[in-house]
Amino acid sequence: MAIAKGAGILRPRFRLSEWLSRHMKIVFVLPSLIFVLAMMVFPLGYTLWLSLNEWNGSSIAAPKAVGLDNFTTLFTNDTRFGDSVVRTFGFSAVAVTIEVIFGLLIALLLQGKFWGQNLIKTLLLLPMVATPVAMGMAWLLIFEPNIGLLNSLLPDLGLKPQPWLGSPQQALWCLAAVDIWQWTPMMALIIMAGLAILPEEPFEAARVDGANPLQRFFYLTLPLLMPTLIVATLLRSIDALKTFDIIYTMTKGGPQYASETINTYSYTQAFEYFALGKASSILLIFFAIVLGVSLFFIQIRKRWGVQA
Amino acid sequence: MRRNFENSFRRLGLIVVLVLLAALAVACGDTQVASNTAPAASTLPTVASSTGNTTLASGGNATTSSSSGTGVTTVAGASGTGAATSADLTAGVSKNFAGKEIRLITANHPWATGMAKLIPQFEQASGMKVKAESYFEDQLSQKLQIGLTSGSSGADVFMYRPLQEGRLFVKNGWLNDLSGQAQKATDWNWADFQDSARNTVTVDNKAYGVPLVTEREIVYYRKDLFQQAGLQPPASMDDLLAAAKKLTDPSKQQFGIVMRGQRSPAVTQFSSFLYSYGGNWEKDGKSAISSPEALSAYKTYGDLLRNYGPQGTLNMSWPQAVAIFQQGKAAMWIDADSLYTNVLDPSKSTIVDKVGYAQFPAGPGGSKPYNVTSWGIGMNQASANKDADWEFIRWATSAPVVMALQQGGLPGARSSVWNSPDGLKGFPVEYARVAQSSAKVGVGADRPAVINVGQARDIVGAPLEVSIQGGDVSAAVTEADKKFSSFLVSDK
Repeated sequence: MAIAKGAGILRPRFRLSEWLSRHMKIVFVLPSLIFVLAMMVFPLGYTLWLSLNEWNGSSIAAPKAVGLDNFTTLFTNDTRFGDSVVRTFGFSAVAVTIEVIFGLLIALLLQGKFWGQNLIKTLLLLPMVATPVAMGMAWLLIFEPNIGLLNSLLPDLGLKPQPWLGSPQQALWCLAAVDIWQWTPMMALIIMAGLAILPEEPFEAARVDGANPLQRFFYLTLPLLMPTLIVATLLRSIDALKTFDIIYTMTKGGPQYASETINTYSYTQAFEYFALGKASSILLIFFAIVLGVSLFFIQIRKRWGVQA
Repeated sequence: MRRNFENSFRRLGLIVVLVLLAALAVACGDTQVASNTAPAASTLPTVASSTGNTTLASGGNATTSSSSGTGVTTVAGASGTGAATSADLTAGVSKNFAGKEIRLITANHPWATGMAKLIPQFEQASGMKVKAESYFEDQLSQKLQIGLTSGSSGADVFMYRPLQEGRLFVKNGWLNDLSGQAQKATDWNWADFQDSARNTVTVDNKAYGVPLVTEREIVYYRKDLFQQAGLQPPASMDDLLAAAKKLTDPSKQQFGIVMRGQRSPAVTQFSSFLYSYGGNWEKDGKSAISSPEALSAYKTYGDLLRNYGPQGTLNMSWPQAVAIFQQGKAAMWIDADSLYTNVLDPSKSTIVDKVGYAQFPAGPGGSKPYNVTSWGIGMNQASANKDADWEFIRWATSAPVVMALQQGGLPGARSSVWNSPDGLKGFPVEYARVAQSSAKVGVGADRPAVINVGQARDIVGAPLEVSIQGGDVSAAVTEADKKFSSFLVSDK
């Protein structure tokens, strides 16, 4: 009896507040942990599992395990996949390069204080805030070869009307142009922020030493701005690789698959062909690609970080 | 200390990057979710039309003209119905399922618009509640797939495209077999639905849906231009080519013809060319697209668009094609007859009073336009209250309701409605004549009858793209034939 009583004293009653304060670490992390598990780890795991199966969503036939078949088919017997990988990189490289250059030029142009600066910054934001699908529709009309705006302007400039999205040679680059139109402002804004925090002293010293504006740009602004440029390029590259909405609304990957990227191809596999396994394997490869690109940029950034 | 700080900082950076990447993976891995939302935000004809050839213009003119009390006259020739139809659209609706709720999922289609106006009458007569949701064509397909894949009974009754998704849905066990109910409901009269329409919703001798909307491929032509040029509407393929040639004048930005050129959407409109040249997709279960007949059809389709069509047809589905016709830049437009409200809408069309309609021209194999059921209504296999669902389907496809919808300009599938003068009231006279004559000679499919229709369309549509560009059609057809053959083997 006595022992039992003693045990009761030794073990105090369960108190929620005490338990909480003792396990604060877990309790505070739990919500985000659950979120990450449910919204990130599970889908990724499920995609991985699905990529090793073949399934069209049937309620009757369960997914069939096929091992690595989906992957081997993609690499050995599917030219559309290989082409779409090349296209995805081509599209992203062209779009992001031009966006960085234009963004830098715009940022330099808007550097310093002048009247109406905020207005211009707001106007710059407009293409970014528009819904991509609505943008796609608007550009579809602009690119329309017969009744579209662009072709009705070209003859005035002495140029021949073009088929634009109706041509396998031009379609992808028209899409890149839309991407550039939409995302250059974001580049400009990031770079403007980068420019604003550059230290004054080196520039003053350079001016005293008689460096001309070009020299100041190439020997001071550009190197000092490099970390900003790299981060901006990294963010934009990942986004550009993932571009889906404008391609889907404007060309659906056509004509002749000439604007089909990895993302739209996996969409086609999943929702047009009902090959959920194959679509998942494409997405996993895509995931690996994006991961690789990110790591590459992080490495570059480290290098620059050390030098700067 | 500093080193320590740097290390932990680096580790933090790594964690942040990993989390970002995981988020990215979710964004990509979940294309289902991510990409669905994109088109969802819009009301886009292009999005709505990629695969099908069916929707009318968004916000189309299909307002139902009649409502209860209008007095829909009984239809002669509806065997079995006798003279049973009353003035009330809801005759025969029972109160057996009062209090039950049905979830109806529809496409953003004039059928749904018309139905929305009639549903309150049904609710009143039956005491049931109908909760309707509508989506754009492609989203509907995805919505249904996701909902049905997860086996949820969320949707009870839904619109679907029998030719595009029917076989897949049946194979996956998503559609309830309605044959029993259809046979039992004698006053509803299953036999009144056109043969081709019933065939479209029938898989392995079982009816998995009820036809809602039918369509045929016809020639829309500009009466004024044809008259000026002294031409008759084309009766044969040679006429068609000659008329297209004569009416093409690039200096005036006027083209002889416009049709869909996008690979997959063009397939359905190419089908009538294929049949009229005497070809078909398959023969005895094997690919037939490399036959000489099919080759001529592929060549003609491409020649028409390349020589006499506007620029950029390769990226045109019907919304882009009809826009050219609406703007008066093309003398002919060949597409589904169910799209006719687009050319008659004065807010979009500059040629409202100049449009004529003609039956699809005859090729070596005769005039063989498709005559298909573009939309049907089906019941979810997993639905909890199937009898209540059937009560709704039976009412929504009953002769008086179909009559009311067709009078509003929506071509239905009931013979009795088509045979009655009242059923043709909603259509232009010439249009009604052409639709009827096309139905008589029509073929009941406008795409390969397979399970994986999306893939099949991409395969058989590839030679069209080559042909439109003036490439080597025979080589393209040979390659497509090879792919289609192996596809047919795997698509079982």
